[in-house]
This record gives sequence, C-alpha cells and structure tokens, in this order.
Amino acid sequence: MAKRIDVSGLNAYYNSFLAIEDISMTIEPRSVTAFIGPSGCGKSTFLRTLNRMHEVTPGGRVEGKVMLDSEDLYGSGVDPVAVRREVGMVFQRPNPFPTMSVYDNVAAGLRLNGKYKKSDLDDIVEKSLRGANLWNEVKDRLHKPGAGLSGGQQQRLCIARAIAVEPNVLLMDEPCSALDPISTLAVEDLIGELKERFTIVIVTHNMQQAARVSDRTAFFNLAAVGKPGRLVEIDDTERIFSNPSVQATEDYISGRFG
Amino acid sequence: MSHARDAQPAAGSLRGARLPRWFPWAAAAGSVAAGLAVSAAAGLHSDIQWALIAAALFVLGSYAVSAKVEGPRQARDRTATSLVWVAFLLAVVPLASLAWETVEQGVKVLDGYFLSHSMGVVADSEPGGGIYHAILGTLEQVGLATLMSVPVGVLTAVYLVEYGRGRLARAVTFFVDVMTGIPSIVAGLFILSLWILILGMGYSGFAGSMALSILMIPVVVRSTEEMLKLVPNELREASLALGVPKWRTVLKVVLPTSIGGITTGVMLAVARITGETAPVLLLVWGTNFINANPFQDPQASLPMYIYLQYTNGSDAAYDRAWAAALTLIAFIMILNLLARGIARWKAPETGR
Repeated sequence: MAKRIDVSGLNAYYNSFLAIEDISMTIEPRSVTAFIGPSGCGKSTFLRTLNRMHEVTPGGRVEGKVMLDSEDLYGSGVDPVAVRREVGMVFQRPNPFPTMSVYDNVAAGLRLNGKYKKSDLDDIVEKSLRGANLWNEVKDRLHKPGAGLSGGQQQRLCIARAIAVEPNVLLMDEPCSALDPISTLAVEDLIGELKERFTIVIVTHNMQQAARVSDRTAFFNLAAVGKPGRLVEIDDTERIFSNPSVQATEDYISGRFG
Repeated sequence: MSHARDAQPAAGSLRGARLPRWFPWAAAAGSVAAGLAVSAAAGLHSDIQWALIAAALFVLGSYAVSAKVEGPRQARDRTATSLVWVAFLLAVVPLASLAWETVEQGVKVLDGYFLSHSMGVVADSEPGGGIYHAILGTLEQVGLATLMSVPVGVLTAVYLVEYGRGRLARAVTFFVDVMTGIPSIVAGLFILSLWILILGMGYSGFAGSMALSILMIPVVVRSTEEMLKLVPNELREASLALGVPKWRTVLKVVLPTSIGGITTGVMLAVARITGETAPVLLLVWGTNFINANPFQDPQASLPMYIYLQYTNGSDAAYDRAWAAALTLIAFIMILNLLARGIARWKAPETGR
C-alpha cells in the first residue's frame, strides 16, 4: 500500500509570493518523516503540496515535480481529487463533520465518493476505528454526534476518517498541537502502528515528538524574513538530533536560534 | 477625561455609598406620577406629553439623586442605564400598541366562518363574508414565489461563496445589492409591462408571484451567503482531503452544515413578501370569489383584501380589514416561530 514520494525542484507560490523554494527530497515508504522548523518557514505549505491541497487556497500554485512512485502528481491531466484519495490528510485542529455521527464521519470518505458496498461499510468503520485506537471508546456511541467527543478522541476520529479510504500516504499537519499530553501519547502510539501500512509525513513544532515518532527528519528554515522557506537538510532522525551536518540545524534543535 | 477619583469612598474602604436596589423603580414611579400631575395641572391632554415629561424627569432625576448620593461615576452609569430603558420603551410602546389595537379590532369578526368563506355572495358594505379566498391566494402566490426564488437564490449564494472569483462574482454581488433596493411597486410594474402588456398574459396569481420572487431572491441570496460563509473552511478542507469532489463537498458537507440558517433566512424572506401589497395589487387584480388556480384569472390575497376593504369604507368592511390584518400578522408570526424552531433543531451539535 505505502508508496514512495520523490520531490524535485518544487516551488510553491501564493499569488506572486514565493513561499517555498527549490525543495527536493525523498520520502521513504513505511516510515515516518517529520518536518521541523520555525513558524512560517513553509512546512505546512510544503505538506499541502504533497496532496494538491495547496491549490485549494486562493492564489496557491506550484512548480516542480512530486512523484508518487512513478506518477507525477502535477503532471498534465492528473485529477487532484484522485490524488487526494491516494494521499490523505489530518489537520492541526480536529475537524469532524458537525452534522454527522461518529459512524458517518468515518464512513464519510467512502460514502461521499460513492465507492462502497453497504455490507462492507460496517466492517470498514470498525476496522478504521480500531486502527485509530478509538473503537473501544466509541463503540457504544457510534451514532452520537462526532463533535461530542473530546478533543483527543476527535483527532483520532479524523485519523480514522482519513485511513478509512485506504490512502497510500498519510499527511499530518501538527496533529497533536491542540491536544493534551495523554491524547498526544495516544496519537503518537497510533502513528507508530500506522507506519506499518502507510507512508507518514508529520509536521510538528515539538522536537521531542519528532525525535520520538519519526525515522527521518527534515529541517526547514527561512533564509531571512520575507524570503522563501527552504529545506536545510533531511537525514535519519538520530543523526539530525545527535550530529547534524548543518550548523543551523544544531542551533535550532538546541535552542540557540537567532 | 481626568483620572481623578470621581467618588469619595470612606477612607480605607472599597465600599462607597449605594442607592438601594429599588431606587430605579421608585424613580420611575415617581416621575410617572409627577408627569401626570404636571400635565393635569397644565391642562395637557395628550398621553405623549405626560410620558415625555415623565421620561425626562426619570433620566434627570435619577442622575441628580445618584450624583448626590453615590458620586458622579455611578450617576453617569445610571444615566446610561435609564436612557437605554427609555429608548427601549420608545421602541416597544408603538409595537405593543399596534399589536393590541389589531387584536382588539380584529377579533370582532374573526372566527371559523370568517376563515372558511369568501366574499362571493356578500356585498362589501354588508356584514358577513370572509377571507378564505384571500388566504388561499396568499398561500399560493407566496408558495410559488418561494419555489421560484429559493433554488435561484441558494444556487447564486453557493456560486458566490464557493466558486465565484473575479469580475463575474463582483457583478453578481453588485446586482444582488441593486435588487435588494428595488421598490416593490417597481418590481410589480416590471412584470406588468413584460408579462401582461408585452406578452399579453392575463392577471393571475402567478404574475404576482413572479414580482414577489424578484423581491425575495436578493434576500435569500444575502442570508444564504452569510450562512455559507459561517461554515468553517476546515470542514471543506477535511472533505476535499478525503478525495471528495468539490461539488459533493458543497452538497454533502457545506449545505447540511448551514441548512438551519438557510431555512431561517428563507422563512424570513417569505415573511417579508407575504405582506407586500403593491405588486399584488397591480398583477393579481383581486376578486371576491374563490379562485384556486394561480395561473389563470385574478385571485385575492390578504394584503390586497385589507386594502380593498379599507377603501370600501363601511363599518363591516373596516371590521373585516382588521380581522384580515390580524390573520396576516399571526401568519407571519407563525412563520417566524417556525424559522426559529428549525434553526434550533438543525443547528450543528457542538460541544457535549
């Protein structure tokens, strides 16, 4: 299921403003890649270019290549909707659909795409909720509103919703920044399990979290205020946190920033 | 404004002198009594005069007493409060008086017979008769207008919020604004010249509902637009990120989330056009007989019925006009209550 992502020479713009410049990296399948870096350096923007969500923002456009195994996501004739079915996304703030129950939220991706058999739906919902470590907490309230869960449960519900459509890659944009430490731990454990099946990319501001959950870490930075964000380096997490090859990375990680 | 202390509390205490809690009521009662006394002494006869005197006494009196006892800051606070109360009464008194007058005059002939019979066999100057034909006409005309305006209005709003970019969207917004300002008589004249004078169609309920929908569409667009804008962008992104096409996202996520607010907006728009008289007068023409077919021949409607009965001028006709007005107000109020109910019922459940 999991696929490799190969990015080369990627620029992303908001109207005429160049937000990230010339990014090239390889994201390995069945692993967790963490993006770290200061606010505004383009981590989230880059993440959103990986499933063509960047262009949903008015004025957003992208140059360069993003290869998912052998297919270019920005090739001509590629349907962004099809891309997003392959590359799922979990957002910073839990955003379950407020009009839907827990069950309907998980089933939403399949239902709204119209690609499911009714008899399979119960199984898929249970499997996804188990996959998100949420099943035991919500199995008695599947038909209650999804917005009635706690924040941490809502975020795991959103993860269940994202994995229910069986994507190849799962993008997570600061998935724990709105959660308390216990919920964060639950989500981190979950990420560890999910990497067996998916390629996972996670943006985080929490360096310990990057060190805990990721196999590889990419450090982004701004050359200066008003300049586009760029990739400083990407390497095995252990190396980044013990012996990075660029001084700026070490400064950022050890807090000697700026 | 200086920052000098306004009140002089006792040394070493945070507690200043306070007027008792019943003071505003006492001040109000006192100023009403004084207002009545002054107007009786001066031989003033109008209710408005003693009420204005009482209001002025209330505001000035509570300021003076409070300034003396509590200090200037509290006095200013009390002045603001009493001004708000006076403004509130100024707004409510005409409304209450209107409702009271309508109910008092309207209940005279309002009964089951009145609601279920037409004016077909009753001369306008005689007692008897009813508004069945007018209720029927209003329901049909407003219903048709709603059927025409809601799809157009909601789809326009969806276009403006979800898809519209650039010049076309700006033009649509501009023309919706212009349409909001169209006087109802102009909408009526437009349909009159187009439908009846140029196309040669006859007077009918449908002609009236076309004019009503011209008035209704901008209201629906505006309210729906506001409701769609309230839907958090995160929900759209969540849906798009699941690989759901945009049109399905709008249909299955955005519209259901805002359906309560949209329904409220539509109901309020309906309430607004139900009372329109001018276009109906021009296009529906009016009749004393029951005509259940809105597409052919003149119909009646409640606002027009009220107008025609009033112009007739006999006592019986006045009574009927009041009763029809009461029915109209009740109808609109029920619509408003329904709208609130639906909004509450359909509101997305948040929190626990």
